[in-house]
Amino acid sequence: MKQFAELFMNLDRTNKTNAKVELMKQYFQTASDEDKMWALTLFTGRRPSFKVNRTQVKEWAAAEANIPMWLFQESYQSVGDLGETISLILPRTKSEDSDKSLSDWFHYLGLLPKMTDEEKHDHILQAWSQLSQHETFVFNKLLMGSFRIGVSQTLVVRALAEATSTDPSVVAHRVMGNWDPLDTNFKNLILDEGENDNASRPYPFFLAYPIEGDVSGLGNAEDWFVEWKWDGIRSQIIYRNNELFIWTRGEELSTDKFPELHFLSSVLPDGTVLDGEIVSYFENKPMPFSVLQTRIGRKNLSKKVLEEAPVAFIAYDIMEANGIDIRSNSQQERRAQLEQIHADIPVQNVFNLSRLVEFSQWSDLHDLHPTSRENIAEGFMIKRKSSTYQVGRKKGDWWKWKIDPLSIDAVLIYAQKGSGRRAELFTDYTFAVWGEDGKLIPFAKAYSGLTDAEIGQVDYFIKRNILEKFGPVRTVKPELVFEIGFEGINESSRHKSGIAVRFPRILRWRKDKKAAEADTLANLKGILEVYK
Amino acid sequence: MSSDYYWHAFIEFVVMASQPVLQFTGKSIYCAQADAHIDPWIPVDRAIITHAHSDHARWGSKHYLAHKDSEAILRLRLGPDISLQTVEYGEKFVINGVVFSLHPAGHIIGSAQVRVEYKGEVWVASGDYKLEDDGFAAPFEPVKCNVFITESTFGLPIYKWQPQQEIFSEIDNWFAQNKQEDKASILMGYSLGKMQRILKGIQLPDGPIYAHGAIYILNERLREAGHDLPELTLVTKETDKKLFRGSLVLAPPSVDSSTWISKFNPYSLGYCSGWMALRGAKNRRAVDQGFILSDHVDWPDLNTAVIESGAEKVYVTHGYTSIYSRWLNENGIEAGEVTTMYGNEEETEDRATGEGPEAEGIENNKDISPVPDDPDLKLS
Repeated sequence: MKQFAELFMNLDRTNKTNAKVELMKQYFQTASDEDKMWALTLFTGRRPSFKVNRTQVKEWAAAEANIPMWLFQESYQSVGDLGETISLILPRTKSEDSDKSLSDWFHYLGLLPKMTDEEKHDHILQAWSQLSQHETFVFNKLLMGSFRIGVSQTLVVRALAEATSTDPSVVAHRVMGNWDPLDTNFKNLILDEGENDNASRPYPFFLAYPIEGDVSGLGNAEDWFVEWKWDGIRSQIIYRNNELFIWTRGEELSTDKFPELHFLSSVLPDGTVLDGEIVSYFENKPMPFSVLQTRIGRKNLSKKVLEEAPVAFIAYDIMEANGIDIRSNSQQERRAQLEQIHADIPVQNVFNLSRLVEFSQWSDLHDLHPTSRENIAEGFMIKRKSSTYQVGRKKGDWWKWKIDPLSIDAVLIYAQKGSGRRAELFTDYTFAVWGEDGKLIPFAKAYSGLTDAEIGQVDYFIKRNILEKFGPVRTVKPELVFEIGFEGINESSRHKSGIAVRFPRILRWRKDKKAAEADTLANLKGILEVYK
Repeated sequence: MSSDYYWHAFIEFVVMASQPVLQFTGKSIYCAQADAHIDPWIPVDRAIITHAHSDHARWGSKHYLAHKDSEAILRLRLGPDISLQTVEYGEKFVINGVVFSLHPAGHIIGSAQVRVEYKGEVWVASGDYKLEDDGFAAPFEPVKCNVFITESTFGLPIYKWQPQQEIFSEIDNWFAQNKQEDKASILMGYSLGKMQRILKGIQLPDGPIYAHGAIYILNERLREAGHDLPELTLVTKETDKKLFRGSLVLAPPSVDSSTWISKFNPYSLGYCSGWMALRGAKNRRAVDQGFILSDHVDWPDLNTAVIESGAEKVYVTHGYTSIYSRWLNENGIEAGEVTTMYGNEEETEDRATGEGPEAEGIENNKDISPVPDDPDLKLS
């Protein structure tokens, strides 16, 4: 555990990519296979659950630290992280030194679900008494299934590839999918070739970079395909060994969530893997993302939901045909194969092809780009005809040219302290626009978009201009104006403003504007009329 | 109804007659009987200064009184010609029947708790303090009193310091590692207090120790005043950058957002502060290494100090005032919170003012400024 806690702290401390890869690589080279397996489990975002009640854990920790619950809560407010708070308040009296490894602790935690509350209490307290502060912190994250670390899957794959001298794309493929650390091991999963290959396993997505400068900089227009950039859920549809799997980006196996697409298992040739976008679709045309949003995250897809937000798949690439990985074929060849498969399938309003945008020179695209929203698209995808299907975000062959977000100038009126890295700083803001009665009406919350220096300045302002306190929320003197960008806008009965915006974020701080010069609710409703 | 009226009138009479020894006027901690202010944040006639940090020792008062070890820094910061009387620890001085004396607070060099006695009642204003002996400031001594005024900068149970020797070893190891990799070790911390403590605690490197102007000038003044501190080498525009390789560089916390720091490339950045106990604060600061070293009391020591004072009433000033006073009240010690302009949010201040020390050395920085401190700023 010591080694893993140290790795965690070191990773946490640096924001240099190479240093992170180096740290993980060292770990993968030195830890036991069993520990590596668990580390990989955590680094790939898998969080085993041990059925513990957070409230109980808080109470046990407060009792052990001999402090009342309110003081625990105040401490938690200040730290912003429950696992860390507990690790800090517990008495620093290690009764015995523990040399349990990461996997030992996972097995230790694995006993919890079958225990009574009293046994759980003793079990957890015994663990705390054996661990240092840092180790307790990591242990708590495992205990409560809240382990998160600032390393992307790509970095984990790079480190693992370097540590095992394996091709990164092979490793990326192997760590994906539906494995469980309890019934596989490091050798099977990472080292063994082809063995245990799981029919469900998706390919890593190829991700586009935002275009830099003008599109004409890409050279000869004839070398490129252009498609609309659809606003849905990036998905991979796999049909192998008579079974259909639907993966969404973020590596979630979501087959059950899209029953409309299940018919594909009876029409796709065996050994097919398609890349595309799942969008909500109505009367033969895509709908805004907000429609799709109504069914995301629902456990039960009622008949009503399925009727109100039906989906379709818009295919734009093919990675596997007849069981053969064709990612090294050119975009043009793959496109031809995709078109062939699409042509052979009868039910085409649910299985669509992402059509190519016709253009002969770059300037044509400049004319078309502003019509993206009318086409329910977020802009263009520009793909080099000779490009292979690559792994992760790579520059050069796939570009995205997004439309500018919608935006409005709004006044900061409420603030709340952040958590984690931003604990103790006011970083969560609520913004408002002017209503007809001259009152500020909140319409969006936003967390990101400011630099650290700006966050410091805004925090400084807030701490000196608090008007009222409501629990953790502070009412702030309405003075600061920010340009708030968002991707979509919709009517909403849940919000006071009657409006809900999608992906609100701060575009910039309008230091040049006074609160009175911010936009009005009427402005916001104007945007709604145009784009709903 | 009328008995109520008389009762209130009676209370008012009693309050008028027995004015408290010290009052919180919103400008200072004030002794009306002696017409003396402790750590005033506006100019007054007579100021008693607990210590020389700029949120406690402010510019513009007519007469100052402080411990003799504060003199060099007070004259540096408030001007060489201020009217300043100095005393020893424990030395009594009487103003209009009020008996004052200063007692070690262990916070920084010359820091003192102010003991105020009038008509048998004893109040102690402790300023900032810590209980651990740092080897440079005179170690804290508990002073028995009826009313204790305490800071609460780290007044939450999440703050529990490790023994300083462990932290110094961490710094030594970090420096050794950097030296091996031929990197400069830039160690940030408050110029006054933290830096002297570090110089007394760590293993000093063989070669020169480089310092930012803010730290250099303080170190010089303290050496001139006869304190045993090693000589530092001022970093100037002319210093050959190659010399920084593998060396130790001392800097105030504000440099990390400045261009001053880039000349040391390649370097590792360390920061000594109690705030480094929190992962969030450490990551936000984007330092390579956080060292949890504070000149304020942690939670256990804060409670120890309050108990050892024997006070029946405690006033909690800067820090987690409402939380800590509630804690005391629940534990049978009457406590109230007081709003002052001391301490707290040092980090935010540092970042918010955005005045990176672009300048090479001495001209930068409120930390050593001989000109008036902006009264709206509260830096320490």
